[in-house]
Amino acid sequence: MLLVDGTESSLRAMLQALPPVDEVGAHARAAMLGTRSIKTTSKSWAIDTAISMIDLTTLEGSDTPGKVRALCNKAVRPDSTDATVPHVGAICVYNDMVAVARKHLDAIGGADIPVAAVSTAFPSGRASREVKIRDTQDALDAGATEIDMVIDRGAFLAGDIMKVFTEIVYIKELCGDRAHLKVIFETGELVTLDNVRKASFLAMAAGADFIKTSTGKISPAATPPVVLVMLEAVRDFYAQTGVKIGVKPAGGIRNTKDAIKQLVLVNETAGAQWLNPQLFRIGASALLNDLLMQRMKLRDGHYAGPNYVTLD
Amino acid sequence: MTFEYAPAPESASVVNIADSYGLFINGKFVPAKGGMTFPTINPANEKVLSKVAYASKDDVDKAVAAARAAYTKVWSKLSPAERGKYLFRIARILQERAREFAVLETLNNGKPIRETRDADIPLAAAHFFYHAGWADKLEHAGVGNNPKSLGVAGQIIPWNFPLLMLSWKIAPALAAGNTVVLKPAETTPLTALFFAEVCQQADLPPGVVNILTGDGATGSHIVNHPGIDKIAFTGSTEVGKLIARSVAGTKKSLTLELGGKGANIVYEDAAIDETIEGIVNGIFFNQGHVCCAGSRLLVQESVHDEVIEKLQRRMSQIRVGDPMDKNTDMGAINSSAQLAKIRELADVGGEEGATRWDNGCELPAKGFWFRPTIFTGVTQAQRIAREEIFGPVLSVLTFRTPQEAIDKANNTPFGLSAGIWSDKGSKVLWTAKNLKAGVIWANTFNKFDPASPFGGYKESGWGREGGRHGLSAYLKGGK
Repeated sequence: MLLVDGTESSLRAMLQALPPVDEVGAHARAAMLGTRSIKTTSKSWAIDTAISMIDLTTLEGSDTPGKVRALCNKAVRPDSTDATVPHVGAICVYNDMVAVARKHLDAIGGADIPVAAVSTAFPSGRASREVKIRDTQDALDAGATEIDMVIDRGAFLAGDIMKVFTEIVYIKELCGDRAHLKVIFETGELVTLDNVRKASFLAMAAGADFIKTSTGKISPAATPPVVLVMLEAVRDFYAQTGVKIGVKPAGGIRNTKDAIKQLVLVNETAGAQWLNPQLFRIGASALLNDLLMQRMKLRDGHYAGPNYVTLD
Repeated sequence: MTFEYAPAPESASVVNIADSYGLFINGKFVPAKGGMTFPTINPANEKVLSKVAYASKDDVDKAVAAARAAYTKVWSKLSPAERGKYLFRIARILQERAREFAVLETLNNGKPIRETRDADIPLAAAHFFYHAGWADKLEHAGVGNNPKSLGVAGQIIPWNFPLLMLSWKIAPALAAGNTVVLKPAETTPLTALFFAEVCQQADLPPGVVNILTGDGATGSHIVNHPGIDKIAFTGSTEVGKLIARSVAGTKKSLTLELGGKGANIVYEDAAIDETIEGIVNGIFFNQGHVCCAGSRLLVQESVHDEVIEKLQRRMSQIRVGDPMDKNTDMGAINSSAQLAKIRELADVGGEEGATRWDNGCELPAKGFWFRPTIFTGVTQAQRIAREEIFGPVLSVLTFRTPQEAIDKANNTPFGLSAGIWSDKGSKVLWTAKNLKAGVIWANTFNKFDPASPFGGYKESGWGREGGRHGLSAYLKGGK
């Protein structure tokens, strides 16, 4: 079942029919779920699951082929001393590093790890449609199988939801069967939870495979209330259409505790069926090492120093 | 893939429960006359935690005499600022011993540790802090210049929030300059006895606080005692009526905080997901053992199906089980008697034609348990829409217009609490203005603060607790 028929009136009707979000209530619910106490075997499961969901990311002006290859090595074998650690969910880089990452991953036994490219004039999204299409085309040609596009926040805030919608439709068409499309809202710029819910439904109706909180360049990013509202959105979209859309919080999730809180949010909002890398990813860079340190702590009974995990 | 939460039990070793406890009279623990005792148990596993003394009429006489002596000789002569210092001291000790009190309350009451840790104990300490500040500002309490204390207060509290109800009673009484004889509920005496230790630790003058454990007969001796100036009771409407009869025609002043059948009104424009949380909090917080619970859900018919579907899905996630586990959302029913009452009314609900649904969760073999349950298709004429169940059972009714919501919400002998869920400010205010309930929450539920008065209309009681209004119930205007 489709929620909109592509016309502006149907899109507006869908967004207007959405129930409002009560900010206070959503914050309280997210805070309550943050008190869940995840220990022993469940902590161990959560750490491995979180590792397998990481989109290991480097999005810097200073990125070089060497830096990206190092990240790929880490992605395939996060802990060189322990082969039981799962590989991460994906590598996430800028457009021009896609080919480097793809080639290196294939060479080191990481062929099953997808490469995601940030796209559509990331992070601001301020470019013409032609440039955005060309940007995405470049990434696809270089071998990206996941496209992390940004929405036009200016258009969204100005009420030009049709522009936002159409852009997603275009990029989705371009991705076709070749790549999964993740749509980034930059929730730190949308600000209200009502906007987050609207953006979620807009993106899902336009064909997003994943909805993603942030670019990582703006704070606040993947706060628990924002992720809660997005998880409610995918849950309700699934109930209405039978289609499961993934969620990717990105930005600000730096330690194991935060990552586990995210998994609890998934578990008690969208449900356990979302707890896999096909439907939940965490965009992060520093998080992986903290997960590895906590994993060692569970295994060995004591904390290892920071030099026992690798800098990449 | 499933995400099972491994057991995360709070340690019971932070609290040392003695084998037996005496009555706390005149600053000391003393055995009851004739040495009578009764056991107190953990309702989550039916194991005996301790034995407590059973106070008879003679013990009540002793306690009232001690309270009177402390009142005339010490407490009423103390400067208000000095009284405040004692209250601050008690508040700080409660905070310092918060973990111990939280564990003890959970063991004796059956409610989850998350609630005792995050609600009961912090709120109890907050009540003492709040009233400590009042002790030397009583001329602003609104009863006139030079306000006077009443004398000896007899206080009887329920088992649903044992330490919190104690603090609601004792903190304002002491701040206003009264002394007290307090009886905790028969099934939950332990935190009150630990509170007696706190009084000792704070060097509170002997006799200012006296704590008598016992049953309804003990309470009746307190109510009927001629040496008592004020009765404060929280409990059932049935017992409240008995007390009102006993006190009628005496010089005793009386406050009653009784039952309720709170209407929780959900309009079609509400923020549905947060409303679901509010409904769950309104009826399943503390196993529904809450006098102000939102036990009657009034849903606008146009969103009924969506609300029920989401509510049932949410209820399926309520984690029922070991109250000491930090991930438990709903604990044990407090006693077998209460469980029997819940079962009886729930059975009646089915017989009367409402549709029963529960979350089907597994329940522990030992102890007293009841699944989170809702009845849909309930109408005003049914018992489950009118009687207080005092358990995790929600009755769902529908309405078509705001006026109908008000009419149905007010069509009850009670009038303690109500909730309103709407995104429209003007509608919220209109609804609140027309509801006859002592406490009305908008887009939230079960929020408490010591500065906010709490109490009911009609059969839900007389007087207020908390805030300036609650304080004034322990004062009379001076001349």
